[in-house]
Amino acid sequence: MMQPLNRLQMAWRAAQDIREGMLVNLGIGMPVAVADYLKPGLDVFFQSENGVIGVGPLATAEHADTDLVDAGSRRITLRPGAAIVDSSWSFAMIRGGHIDVTILGAFEVASNGDLANWDTRSTSKGPLVGGAMDLATGARQVWVMMEHLTRGGTPRLLEHCTLPLTAVHCVTRVYTDLAVVEITPTGMLVREMLGGMSQAELQTRTGAPLAFAPDCRALLAPALTLAG
Amino acid sequence: MLEGTGNPMPIDKRVSTAAEALADVRDGATVFISGFGGAGFPNVLIRALRERAPKNLTLVVNSATHRYSLTHELIAAGLVRKVVCTAARGHDKEPSPFERLWVAGKIELECVPQGTFAERIRAGGAGIPAFYTPVGFGTALADGKEVRTFNGRQHVLEHAINGDLALVRADTADRYGNLAFRFAQMNFAPVMATAAKLALAEVATVLDEPIPHERVQLPGSYIDRVVAVGTK
Repeated sequence: MMQPLNRLQMAWRAAQDIREGMLVNLGIGMPVAVADYLKPGLDVFFQSENGVIGVGPLATAEHADTDLVDAGSRRITLRPGAAIVDSSWSFAMIRGGHIDVTILGAFEVASNGDLANWDTRSTSKGPLVGGAMDLATGARQVWVMMEHLTRGGTPRLLEHCTLPLTAVHCVTRVYTDLAVVEITPTGMLVREMLGGMSQAELQTRTGAPLAFAPDCRALLAPALTLAG
Repeated sequence: MLEGTGNPMPIDKRVSTAAEALADVRDGATVFISGFGGAGFPNVLIRALRERAPKNLTLVVNSATHRYSLTHELIAAGLVRKVVCTAARGHDKEPSPFERLWVAGKIELECVPQGTFAERIRAGGAGIPAFYTPVGFGTALADGKEVRTFNGRQHVLEHAINGDLALVRADTADRYGNLAFRFAQMNFAPVMATAAKLALAEVATVLDEPIPHERVQLPGSYIDRVVAVGTK
């Protein structure tokens, strides 16, 4: 069996599905790497919840400006054609269905599209919901990037989420280190899976019934090395 | 104003210090604090509020724990009874001042999805007492809230937030209280200023001339006092 994808390869794979002209919101953490792997020549606007429409590359130390940041507090630049609005407008854009796709990290996704990505039920750490519920509810498509299994080896793709929900019936596609899974009205449909892995092997790593697309392909990504 | 008499008290919202701007803040106030992602934190006003030390405050702030905001100083000083926010998680291994009080049951928390947070404040300033939103439906943050179906989709009733005081940060102001922001400084400032009885702005510079109308991002009619604090 081929090596599972690393996080950069998962980001690369998700990036291949972004289309010309889309307005895209990338979740804080792992999904921001998607911006680095767009197909060459593709013109896309990235929105950040803090009101920036047209997030450009990260600023160099020399050009970093504490007032020019994204929702993850990263010092950014603006791309040509960028605009900045206030938070209520930014979230009206999100809630109102004007974001084509948001790509979010997650703990669990259920067969019906339910998403759990915000609360791990810690009693010592304060809660952090941020814009996760708004993005999951409002974006036209919600793509999730996450490892297929938890660190403890249990499935993250489930019949029902066990962790507190972020939003119901929202996820449309999941990119894992083992597969690309579409969430359909009838459940999970595998579009791509790691070369050399059998359907039965993927099913044992998944906590919900899988269907396999007739044209299910090998999940491929170029070699990309995680820094550090 | 009678014609030809001149106006003896033309509008001038400039004050010389943050302490002066906060002179009539009372115990029990509901205080909006702007800022997000490192941009637009009114840290001079926050520090002055801590020094004035009104008690039993309710803070309405995006994050109770952001490392670049001085909000944590108000919490650590024991001035805060309740926080309404979207993020309350510390960044370090050691718990943040908020988390320490929260775990001990000494501070109340209302955690709100960020778009709902912004819209509840916008509603407060716009004369809308409550509204339905799809966000939060089916989650723990909608527990106990009224649900209603529109167009086949379930929505949660959310109530407006109004407050006594708003602290915001902008780049420039003029004597009329008009504000212009740098880059992502704006975030929650416009809605917070509209929903507060008293709205205070700290800015890098107060201009002598009015800000040209097309550059005004928040009309001065929403701002009561401005104080120039430089770029720090």
